[in-house]
Amino acid sequence: MPRNPDIKKVLMLGSGPIIIGQAAEFDYAGTQACRSLKEEGIEVVLLNSNPATIMTDKDIADRVYIEPLTLEVVEQLILKEKPDSVLPTLGGQAGLNLAMELEETGFLREHNVRLIGTTAETIKKAEDRQEFKKTMEKIGEPVAPSQVVETVEEGIAFTNTIGYPVVLRPAYTLGGSGGGIADNQEQLVEILQNGLRLSRVGQVLVERCIAGWKEIEYEVMRDSAGNVITVCNMENIDPVGVHTGDSIVVAPSQTLGDKEYQMLRTSALNIITELGITGGCNVQFALHPESFEYCVIEVNPRVSRSSALASKATGYPIAKVAAKIALGYTLDEIKNAVTKKTYASFEPMLDYCVVKMPRLPFDKFISANRKLGTQMKATGEVMSICTNFEGALMKAIRSLEQHVDCLRSYDFTELDDEELLARLGRVDDRRIWVIAEALRRGVSYEKIHGITRIDMWFIDKLAALTEMETALEKGPLSLELLREAKRMEFPDSVIARLSGIPQEEIKRLRYENGITAVYKMVDTCAAEFEAETPYYYSCFDGSNEAEGSRGRKKVLVLGSGPIRIGQGIEFDFCSVHSTWAFSKEGYETVIVNNNPETVSTDFDIADKLYFEPLTPEDVESIVDIEKPDGAVVQFGGQTAIKLTESLMKMGVPILGTAAEDVDAAEDRELFDRILERCRIPRPAGHTVFTAEEAKKAAGELGYPVLVRPSYVLGGQGMQICVSDSDIDEFIGIINQIAQDHPILVDKYIVGKEIEIDAVCDGTDILIPGIMEHIERTGIHSGDSISVYPAPSITPAIEAKLVDYTGRLAAALHVKGMINIQFIVAGDDVYIIEVNPRSSRTVPYISKVTGIPIVPLATQIICGHTLRELGYEPGLQKKADYVAIKMPVFSFEKIRGADISLGPEMKSTGECLGIARTFNEALYKAFEGAGIKLPRYKNMIITVKDEDKQDVVEIARRFQKFGYKIFSTKGTAKVLCDNGVKAVAVNKIEQESPNLLDLILGHQIDLVIDTPQQGAERSHDGFIIRRNAIETGVTVLTSLDTAGALATSMENRAEKLTLIDIAAL
Amino acid sequence: MKKQLKSLPVSCIILSIWACMKQADKGSCRERRARRRHTQRQKGMTNMKAYLILEDGSVLEGQCIGSARETVSEIVFNTSMTGYLEVLTDPSYAGQAVVMTYPLIGNYGICRADRESDRIWADGFIVRELSRIPSNFRSEDTIQHFLEQNDIPGISGVDTRTLTKLLREKGTMNGMITTTRYDDLDEPLRRIREYRVRGAVKRTSCAAKYVIDPSDPSEEPRSVRTARRPESLVARAGHGKRVALLDLGAKANIAESLVERGCRVGVYPCDTKAEEILADAPDGIMLSNGPGDPKENTEIIAQIRRFYDSDIPIFAICLGHQLMALATGADTFKLKYGHRGGNHPVKDLETGRVYITSQNHGYAVNAESLDPAVAVPAFVNVNDGTNEGLRYVGKKIITVQYHPEACPGPQDSGYLFDRFIEMMEVNADA
Repeated sequence: MPRNPDIKKVLMLGSGPIIIGQAAEFDYAGTQACRSLKEEGIEVVLLNSNPATIMTDKDIADRVYIEPLTLEVVEQLILKEKPDSVLPTLGGQAGLNLAMELEETGFLREHNVRLIGTTAETIKKAEDRQEFKKTMEKIGEPVAPSQVVETVEEGIAFTNTIGYPVVLRPAYTLGGSGGGIADNQEQLVEILQNGLRLSRVGQVLVERCIAGWKEIEYEVMRDSAGNVITVCNMENIDPVGVHTGDSIVVAPSQTLGDKEYQMLRTSALNIITELGITGGCNVQFALHPESFEYCVIEVNPRVSRSSALASKATGYPIAKVAAKIALGYTLDEIKNAVTKKTYASFEPMLDYCVVKMPRLPFDKFISANRKLGTQMKATGEVMSICTNFEGALMKAIRSLEQHVDCLRSYDFTELDDEELLARLGRVDDRRIWVIAEALRRGVSYEKIHGITRIDMWFIDKLAALTEMETALEKGPLSLELLREAKRMEFPDSVIARLSGIPQEEIKRLRYENGITAVYKMVDTCAAEFEAETPYYYSCFDGSNEAEGSRGRKKVLVLGSGPIRIGQGIEFDFCSVHSTWAFSKEGYETVIVNNNPETVSTDFDIADKLYFEPLTPEDVESIVDIEKPDGAVVQFGGQTAIKLTESLMKMGVPILGTAAEDVDAAEDRELFDRILERCRIPRPAGHTVFTAEEAKKAAGELGYPVLVRPSYVLGGQGMQICVSDSDIDEFIGIINQIAQDHPILVDKYIVGKEIEIDAVCDGTDILIPGIMEHIERTGIHSGDSISVYPAPSITPAIEAKLVDYTGRLAAALHVKGMINIQFIVAGDDVYIIEVNPRSSRTVPYISKVTGIPIVPLATQIICGHTLRELGYEPGLQKKADYVAIKMPVFSFEKIRGADISLGPEMKSTGECLGIARTFNEALYKAFEGAGIKLPRYKNMIITVKDEDKQDVVEIARRFQKFGYKIFSTKGTAKVLCDNGVKAVAVNKIEQESPNLLDLILGHQIDLVIDTPQQGAERSHDGFIIRRNAIETGVTVLTSLDTAGALATSMENRAEKLTLIDIAAL
Repeated sequence: MKKQLKSLPVSCIILSIWACMKQADKGSCRERRARRRHTQRQKGMTNMKAYLILEDGSVLEGQCIGSARETVSEIVFNTSMTGYLEVLTDPSYAGQAVVMTYPLIGNYGICRADRESDRIWADGFIVRELSRIPSNFRSEDTIQHFLEQNDIPGISGVDTRTLTKLLREKGTMNGMITTTRYDDLDEPLRRIREYRVRGAVKRTSCAAKYVIDPSDPSEEPRSVRTARRPESLVARAGHGKRVALLDLGAKANIAESLVERGCRVGVYPCDTKAEEILADAPDGIMLSNGPGDPKENTEIIAQIRRFYDSDIPIFAICLGHQLMALATGADTFKLKYGHRGGNHPVKDLETGRVYITSQNHGYAVNAESLDPAVAVPAFVNVNDGTNEGLRYVGKKIITVQYHPEACPGPQDSGYLFDRFIEMMEVNADA
């Protein structure tokens, strides 16, 4: 069936800000789909509130709206743009939920707009628990006994009929938000109350617990003619009970025979057929490990994180094909873009093994509970490919960039055998390391399997790795042993550590004996057909397929690895745009990255893609083959920057700002010298190595001080210390992480925070705009609300900022991007930090100003000048719009994480509010972040002493909206004394009714709680904030944010003005 | 003895599986042995090298697995990611050594119930890596031991992707698996080049006729699908159609697929005269898959012509499909490197639907050679446009090149067996 000619203009819904459970994979899918639609001549209107995405670029869609993903906005947008169709299946759960709402209100029918890619009926059948169960029963597909409940009592009654443990899954939530496993009634009540609140429809599924079964997923596709195929199946190493997003996943399945494989495949195809999906779909199964019994766990009638993984694992572009199917094409009409010889109606065959590992944020949330369950906690993931499982796992481990490179990276030797076995039973992110230790101690496979339920095949593979460790340790290091260690992808550094032979010697031995990495192609068809897409992975056993092409100048673009807090999708935006710009400049482009969720690892972004870890050794092996003319590191965040020195050693020139200048910006002493030379002040500070030195420095500077390790991202490990005891605690935490670099102690200055991104060509500098943070210093820039153009700086200060930026760029010989953060206190401007690379704010500022910063920087790196490119240097004219970037958090997913904001970044994503006026932009920003108030008009205010006077005005403003204010005694007294009515409530350790009861009463809209600075986690505040977050209450920990929220509520517009970014 | 698996009531097989499972200790003993061997190999202690010599003179080195004897055969690759046991025991591989493109083989061990015949028919097995341990609740044996037991040589540690690319570029080649290191390749190359697959159908077919009767309560179906959903079996039971299956090297699941649908299947040796089968007055005739060059089977082709001339509904798979085409005047040709795997898209020309199919064939019917008055293409391969099935004009005959019986591979084309049953029913009504 050719494409439907009635489809001419399509509205695509994006997935909004990055949160845990809904991340970069939807930018990847959405971008691919947009390009696929445009290929067909379709006019694409895009709606997504997330400015850091590639899909919201004007070269991806025709019309781009970075607006809140709300029903009102979509309706208004449909009226404005008059699309004939809406495509909601590529925007994750957010897009799907929005489509459901549109359908339910009858708006689409009324305006003659069709849903493509799915139907409301399909969404309902797959997403509504009851409907889903009914549908499965109809076609004879088994599901675990379950019941949808709407009250806690119902839940208890049903559970009593099927017995504990039970799994609880709230309907219409992401990443299993609010779900969990309950072993007894107490747990059941707790999880159920929370889940009912979080579910959009107030429903929770109570289900027989099938924890311990094998978890198997199938990615399937169907077209309108009813043709069905399987793209990929995947097996979770962690059995059912751990969210697949937090599991180590392998593709294809390893422990299923053909009978099991085909049984589940047939089931998945039956399901997609019955649901009538046209496009992609993900089916999750639980398979009993000792019989053919299975259950369908869940179906996602849309592209998903798993489908992104399946696309990258197989080379089959699910989103692209799904978009074509939405237009009416059938699978046999769509070309396989990888082979260019076969069609989309086939099933990819892998001749390698793929391992995915989650990137969990416990290094950020030290106090958080590391336990993994049905609620996803990972912020991102890495994928690796190898000809063997051991190698794929080893590559995945070192791709995580969490100071791990082998199965010895976490040390459990201290535990006695009993403790170790107990640890085995604890499901957390370090479980495979615990298993490795158990194997070293000779614990039997059977015993480990009995406790963990992990399949013996995987346990044996872990054993093969620990046996290799032992063999390397015992020696002697024969060539055969070295070859086998490399086949299993042991990095030289680990072999060196284990064997005691210097790393350089091992490298020499390898090169002399031809033990070097070779590259194989991912071709979707196990070499059955010739493929044209150069998508490669390394292995050490076989012949090389990656030809080091010659001719054009060649650039190596280093990606940014897994998405983590502090290094998110924005760096993928930069890497991709830079790659495209290099291409335009005539370069051959080679991308190295390991993140399956991103656009940069799509097979047709660069001329060549190497899906590899971003470590010096892995990159060097690629350099050996490709011999690039240069590498660019300034777009890949800290991951790429960290490789600068190694690349220099390999003899690869760093394009753009030189390595020594990068170093100068990061090295405290060098940087201080530069500042001195430029006569730019910074907060006084010292470089120290020990807690004693730090306390001495703090004594000299006077508290409060900022303490942080150098060479980090997202303010990791950065803390404000108000006392010696704080310093002792934080230095202790910093030292837990391997720390080769010194620790910085700075005077903490209160002031306005200003951020500038600029492009410099060595002579001239271009500043697209100045951004100002709403929150005062002390809160990480990534967690602050950022406003462009800066609303409250004087012309004098502006001149100073521009002057400083120019001086710094010149002093650092910047060629390309620079990002600077300033403090403005009175008339003084201080530097906080300088990053000679692209930053988190680049996508946002380039979209708002219309200046393509990354391509510009890339052209400069290639030798052009700003003037030559037609740009007048200096600070650019302010845009006619105000754009406000709002951080978005995922605190409700991470149990035990402290949500109070500080110098360490905690947000997972962001959204944008853009409008003609500050107030409307602010309103949109809050709306986009999902903060919709008022509801119950009850709020809690409890602030530290320093804030008690400042909070009065804010409280007064909320009172005007009719808010009833509850406060602890101290705060209440100050409020009442100042004429704001406040009800005094007991602190939580006091008798009921106290603050906690109030929060658990589910009638509170908002908590304003400013925590004491310093180590305060044990206090009341922490418990209040956690409980509030876990019951879905908005919590603000900065008065500045609270003030902004009040402003936005005071200026709620009747109708929003929608702005087409592409037309700016 | 030869067709032991098929001639035994299925219940006996199940019993023997049960017995094997009771001897699980022995199994784990074997696992330990296999693991030790592997570990030793890792440490470089023992290491019987094996070589794969191809007719173009390339030599690939690896480790010896299975039997250490030398064997010359045709080298073909299969892209299925699961189903190595079904592949090894598929009689169509007689005369060929199979390269598995999926690198990790043996992960779920050996479950005898999954065999497609009672022995390994492939002449050699070429893999990248064999699992140290099998892990599956049904596993009764390791693949290492299974190869040894069947005296089938193999080689592991081979860069199977490079080998596959070689076969793709140069076409299917002959090769030798050997543990001898030849300094002079002339002599082995001469033997390799001379090699032809001959007489394989006769070798793989059953020695004597036997019957599988589903109404016999001891005949329990072994397939997972029906085992899980007895109601579907109930729905299909009672057809009682009598099917004559001409065993040209048949996979067990062809008969199984018919039995599952309530048919009583008489299995006949390949050299059975048409008269004998027609005299038994079956409701339908099933021509099976099988090994080798179809044109070699001149006598069988002559018999099949007699079936064509009768009015009995016929369903043919793979070699059977090719022989029916040859019997009615069309021609076959050898594909460059064949289709072997579980992911080939086949389009039903009547409905436009595309099905993912299980395939294993080195020859195909030349669609150009068809007489449109006799047969017209009914199915076509979406990838390369080769013929995948025929509809015979004015006849109740459907033939397909691929494997609707699956095992290994997708079960999507099972509906063809239903169609065959419908044809028999319509015929009976008429």
